[in-house]
Amino acid sequence: MINLALDVGTTAGPESVLFYLLAPLSVLASLGMLLVKKAVHSALLLAWVMVSLAIFYIAQDALFLGIVQIVVYTGAVMMLFLFILMLVGVDTSDSLEENIKGLRPIAITAAIGFGGLLISLIGRATFNRPTIGFILANAGGNANGIAEQLFTKYVFAFEVVSALLITAALGAMVLAHSQKSRSQFAQRDLSIARFRKSDLKDAAGLPGPGVYALHNAVDVPALLPNGQPAPSSISAVLQARGDIIESSKYQLTQEEEEK
Amino acid sequence: MSNAELISQDPGWIIALKGLIIFAACVFLTIMSVWGERRIVARMQQRSGPNRVGKFGLLQALVDGVKLALKEDLIPKAADRIVFVLAPVISTTTCFMAFAVIPLTGEVNFFGHTTAMQLTDLSVGVLYVLAIASVGVYGIVLAGWSSGSTYPLLGGLRSSAQVISYEVAMGLSLVAVFIYSGSMSTSEIVAAQHDWWNAVILFPSFLIYAISMVGETNRAPFDLAEAEGELVGGFHTEYSSLKFALFFLSEYVNIIAVSALATTLFLGGYHALPGLNFTEQWLGGWFTLVWFFIKVLAFFFVFVWLRGTLPRLRYDQFMKFGWKVLIPFSLAWIMVVSTLRVMSQRESPRFLIIAFIFSVAFIYIGVTSLSDRSKAKKLADSKITNITQPDFPVPVIPNSEVEQLNG
Repeated sequence: MINLALDVGTTAGPESVLFYLLAPLSVLASLGMLLVKKAVHSALLLAWVMVSLAIFYIAQDALFLGIVQIVVYTGAVMMLFLFILMLVGVDTSDSLEENIKGLRPIAITAAIGFGGLLISLIGRATFNRPTIGFILANAGGNANGIAEQLFTKYVFAFEVVSALLITAALGAMVLAHSQKSRSQFAQRDLSIARFRKSDLKDAAGLPGPGVYALHNAVDVPALLPNGQPAPSSISAVLQARGDIIESSKYQLTQEEEEK
Repeated sequence: MSNAELISQDPGWIIALKGLIIFAACVFLTIMSVWGERRIVARMQQRSGPNRVGKFGLLQALVDGVKLALKEDLIPKAADRIVFVLAPVISTTTCFMAFAVIPLTGEVNFFGHTTAMQLTDLSVGVLYVLAIASVGVYGIVLAGWSSGSTYPLLGGLRSSAQVISYEVAMGLSLVAVFIYSGSMSTSEIVAAQHDWWNAVILFPSFLIYAISMVGETNRAPFDLAEAEGELVGGFHTEYSSLKFALFFLSEYVNIIAVSALATTLFLGGYHALPGLNFTEQWLGGWFTLVWFFIKVLAFFFVFVWLRGTLPRLRYDQFMKFGWKVLIPFSLAWIMVVSTLRVMSQRESPRFLIIAFIFSVAFIYIGVTSLSDRSKAKKLADSKITNITQPDFPVPVIPNSEVEQLNG
């Protein structure tokens, strides 16, 4: 831990070196986050900004805050972001079309509001407040200091925010949840159902799709002994989509058989 | 003197040398553990394992490393090149960083200086290890995404879901340790275990940590991110040559890192086994390093043992186990531990503490027996009876009367 007893408002040598090294990098990364095309790249750059913020916190003796920033934001929140973005695929880039109408003015209003909030907060912290410094605030240990503030002075705000977050999480779950019209059949139920049918033709399972010398894929029907294609050998999904290749061209012709 | 005070007096060259030694020890241990794993698994499967290169095949891992380095380095056309190269780098750098806060020895004589083999002592050291582990997952997830093909993507998705869920259980299991030791620093937690190991006092936490550390490192039976039967190689399918070697290295360094953390938090760290405390002074304090590595390698042996014994879990069962068993159980356990802790700090009368313990045990037994009964009822309801047998032979339907008659 960098723990140098300095006057408030001054910076030690190593800390300023760290700042001048990381600050341009994090500013570049946050600009890049807005400008790069692929969603995963901007998520990565955002993760980098979060990590460098955490390093700044640690350099300023807010050790607990810095580590928690990495655990919670970089480790959990960004990972969930990535989880969703990854499903978009490696080649896709964002389309610039507006899907929801009126999104742009709302976004601009929110951005201005948030910017105003940030400026007023930073302004208040810089001009209007006597600074105490972390050494005094950390007198009983960084984690203890935060815990004391959180559970005494700011306990109401803390509880309100946590209630808000829980409501948001529940809301997301309710919105995303869809009622299943029937319960999922397990392997066991399917097996029982096969034997319960009056016709036991498919009891041992459906025939596999076509395997030929020239083609070997799930979209070619297998051939029955009489040379007819067997439609039950193809997945119902492929049939519905019409993604089926004719199996007749892989059949042996009469002449070939005679040879 | 505590480890934290010892370390804070280190001059720069000692810190640099310590960093180098820890890095070299990790790499050496990885190479040896690859050999060890192959030999132990071979013995469990009635084979000999690698025994050609060097005495007992000791140099096998080294030769494999050279072989990997000499292979062709492929980058798939569909891959995202920058991220594809970045992923193994993230994976490898983060896995070494966890060792910075692990105390390997107690007070030792280091080239004339009195210090401890621990690079730095953070007041939130254990949280730091968790943070590093959560950054390390990026390596796996990005490798899966950037490869631009299906199997790695599925492997990466699985692993991210897996690590997030098991990190919650792991973090919760550590809370009891923090409450009991009154600190989040690794060296202070070791010092707090002077009388009793945490593995004894906080046995449920130890159990949860031990399970979730296997999930966290993507090892059998929880190696769903690289399940070769389903996903070819999982997230590293498209990797070859040195990039693959880096993933290989980080997997084994990770195993050693979580084992080292388990040793530190639950098995008394570098302290000797109970009753052998006199050995801690041997070799100018360096003998504690031997104790530390004995414990770590014991964990490593369990990792190999699990791999040799258990089949892989199905993915949904694995996630259910994490969210519906481990996390609720550890939440309840934390409540019990913190209540007991407050009681002992307030010096409550003894009968109150005993009454609390008994009521918790009573509730536990009540809940488990109720759930057992409902399970048994479900099973009884699901039994199929009176199936008319067709005239031709069919396989026996489970739970039918015929099966019960045949036994």
